[in-house]
Amino acid sequence: QDNRISIWSAGDLGNVGLNGEYQGEPQLLCDIRHNGDVMDMQFLDQERIVVASSTGTVTVFRHHQNNQTLSANQRWEKAHYHVDQDTCCGGAACTGVICNNPEIVTVGEDGRINLFRADQKDAVRTIDNADSSTLHAVTFLRTTEILTVNSIGQLKIWDLRQQRNEPSQIFSLTGDRVPLHCVDRHPNQQHIVATGGQDGMLSIWDIRQGTMPVSLLNAHEAEMWEVHFHPSNPDHLFTCSEDGSLWHWDTSTDISEKTSFLHQGGRSTTYFSHNTINQSVVSAWLSNDPTKDRMEITNLIPNQTLSVNSLDILGPCLVYGTDAEAIYVNRQLFA
Amino acid sequence: PSSSRVFVVRRDQDIYIQTLRKLFNESHGIFVGLQRSEEELAGKSRKAQLVQVSKNYRSVIRACMEDMHQAAISTRDPALQSQYSTQVSILSAMELIWNLCEILFVEAAAAGPLLLRLLDWVRLHVCDVDNMVREVLSSENPSKHELFWNVVDVFVLQGRMDEARHLLSKEASANPTSVNMYKILDDLMKKMPVPSLGNTQTLTEMELKWQHWHEECQRYLQDGTFASNSHMESICKILLGDEDAILEKKELMTTWYHFLVTRLLYSHPTVKPMELRFYAQACMDLFLGGESSPEPLDTILMAAFEFEMHQVIKECSIALSNWWFVAHLTDLLDHCKLLQSHNLYFGSNMREFLLLEYASGLFSHHSLWQLGVDYFDHCPEYGRVYLELHIERIPLNTEQKALKVLRICEQRQMHEQVRSICKIMAMKALRNNRLGSALSWSIRAKDAAFATLISDRFLKDYCERGCFSDLDLIDNLGPSMLLSDRLTFLGKYREFHRLYGEKRFSEAAKLLLMLMTAHIAPCSFWMTLLTDALPLLEQKEV
Repeated sequence: QDNRISIWSAGDLGNVGLNGEYQGEPQLLCDIRHNGDVMDMQFLDQERIVVASSTGTVTVFRHHQNNQTLSANQRWEKAHYHVDQDTCCGGAACTGVICNNPEIVTVGEDGRINLFRADQKDAVRTIDNADSSTLHAVTFLRTTEILTVNSIGQLKIWDLRQQRNEPSQIFSLTGDRVPLHCVDRHPNQQHIVATGGQDGMLSIWDIRQGTMPVSLLNAHEAEMWEVHFHPSNPDHLFTCSEDGSLWHWDTSTDISEKTSFLHQGGRSTTYFSHNTINQSVVSAWLSNDPTKDRMEITNLIPNQTLSVNSLDILGPCLVYGTDAEAIYVNRQLFA
Repeated sequence: PSSSRVFVVRRDQDIYIQTLRKLFNESHGIFVGLQRSEEELAGKSRKAQLVQVSKNYRSVIRACMEDMHQAAISTRDPALQSQYSTQVSILSAMELIWNLCEILFVEAAAAGPLLLRLLDWVRLHVCDVDNMVREVLSSENPSKHELFWNVVDVFVLQGRMDEARHLLSKEASANPTSVNMYKILDDLMKKMPVPSLGNTQTLTEMELKWQHWHEECQRYLQDGTFASNSHMESICKILLGDEDAILEKKELMTTWYHFLVTRLLYSHPTVKPMELRFYAQACMDLFLGGESSPEPLDTILMAAFEFEMHQVIKECSIALSNWWFVAHLTDLLDHCKLLQSHNLYFGSNMREFLLLEYASGLFSHHSLWQLGVDYFDHCPEYGRVYLELHIERIPLNTEQKALKVLRICEQRQMHEQVRSICKIMAMKALRNNRLGSALSWSIRAKDAAFATLISDRFLKDYCERGCFSDLDLIDNLGPSMLLSDRLTFLGKYREFHRLYGEKRFSEAAKLLLMLMTAHIAPCSFWMTLLTDALPLLEQKEV
């Protein structure tokens, strides 16, 4: 198997045609061999990328922009393993990685949580057997707390300041313990968390209250692989699935509605409208009936065939990859 | 049995698959789109749709050719370079054949447009002369270039009248003595009737005009108008469809099918599809002239001109080392309703046979097998069986891969395979002491027996250690507890312990009693249950 980590250039902003459409294909800048399947990856900083492998190894690659090359900067072999480290076939896939420079947290099929620091050879902390099932994804809740989801439908909060190897809180789905595959936290409102399940269901949780999700939204027809809040426009959420679709969930208020708000009251309009909009955003994600009013859901893929495995968004750009070995770049997301 | 040979079995060359991945992936999308496309569209719109599909396939082949060409230029390994170059020529041949099939079969061009399509086809694929053309056109004084007349001839042979006339005008301005000759030739070339694509003239009208024009050319030639310039005279002869004159330019045409189209252009522009076979055979014989024998490509093209579709497919299957081409082309032709069910000995038709072979090949690849699934789906007779056999052999090295395979099986109600895969994954998890994962797999397969196994493991651990492991799992079983009696017992037993720990003795006692009477406890556990009852009996509330 020849797996590679590749860096592509999706063109300069100047390379835009008449209708604002992007011209040309992404260009491969450099690539490097990778041992095992790439299960997850994230930028640590401008130059370094952390990659989780199916062999259980976690590698930090550095992208040298001056000569466009990639090199392996640091590696934690057997970060995830089964039974004991000495068994040669004991590697367990590392399923998720999240970074908050210089900290790196990884989770894997071995139910283990690792906390690494870039440039430190050994793990800062390891929680063995954190979970009796597979941990599918991890994300930061606060700088010292992480969220994990597992294959028996549980969302767990871990406080890394505490020494005990127990989660500080456990949330579960109602009904069947459908495995959860992905998790993301609202960029501004840290109590709002979204998870995606094996049945394609999107769950929104308010972790301040209760142990069950606030809303369950029937979304995809198969595993939801990734869920992301838009980092700067968090009333937009994106999910992608094994069923080949990529959904854009839009709870932003209508422009017309906004203006009618402003016309009503009149006094201190800036303060008034800002507050209301903030509230409406909150209630939109946490409301029990999101199908009422404002939620607009669009499938961004016209002719879906194979699974969309991963997506990412930044500003007006959306990138996603499919099992048909294709990468798609959309640079006019909100046009 | 008697032969003492050892056979080295080797997979399809990996390099081959590696460079063609884009072809496989993109054509998969086109294939699936075609299967899903509306059959209700009839007549012209359906045909237009099918022609578009054909064009899409061809553009994928060309894109792949381009990539391969880039790879051939940029590699420094001579072995690789020759491999890539070979691939480029194979792909080029594939596109040539496919294009001809598109014109003759998919579009089924009628007399008139047929010739125009064939001209386009020749212009697109005979590019050996492109360099020469470029050289002459970009030189300072084209008419003085030694290859000038060659290029004019090329244009005339390919029916590119405007370009030929443009070049000739340069010659005329450089050579005032031949101005008269030039004017006449230019006029003839301008007036040449060509079939139209629209409905502006009928075939008969065109034939009449053409006959007229042909006679005019004849007159000028016989009058000796071009006698002083052998080049122009030969051009005039070509315009008249003179076989010998055209054959003289063999080097410029390079192939017999170019010769064929040129001949048709200048002698039978309104050729009907069914007449092609006669001209084709004659032209090939004349062109090759007994010096060389037909190559596989020639045989395939000839079969196409003879409208022997089955022959085309058969010859391509033999000549090409991979099933991609014949599988997709046959499928397209089948959608055009052109293939009568050509029953093979085991009863499925040719389209299905080729698709099965192609898809089976995909399954030998560690990730392209996903494409193969959709192909099997569209083989009504044996597709499912093939899928069932192949899907169990995919190595499942990560849970994510196993989940993808499972999803495919579940969507097709392949329950056996679902159970089998879940069992494999659950056993793996159990061996690695991942009891939660093991349970998760049993829930997916609704495998009660396995759930019982896992529960027994937990209970055994408890007996050995005196406490539960993986409390996060047992405490949060939820409705999955009901999957097996043993699992229910485990959940409830743990609940009993919790209630006891919280000093809710009456509830604990009630639960313990229920556990004893419900007969879901394993016999080995009865002692433990009775022992647990002892401290409760001492409590006041009980």
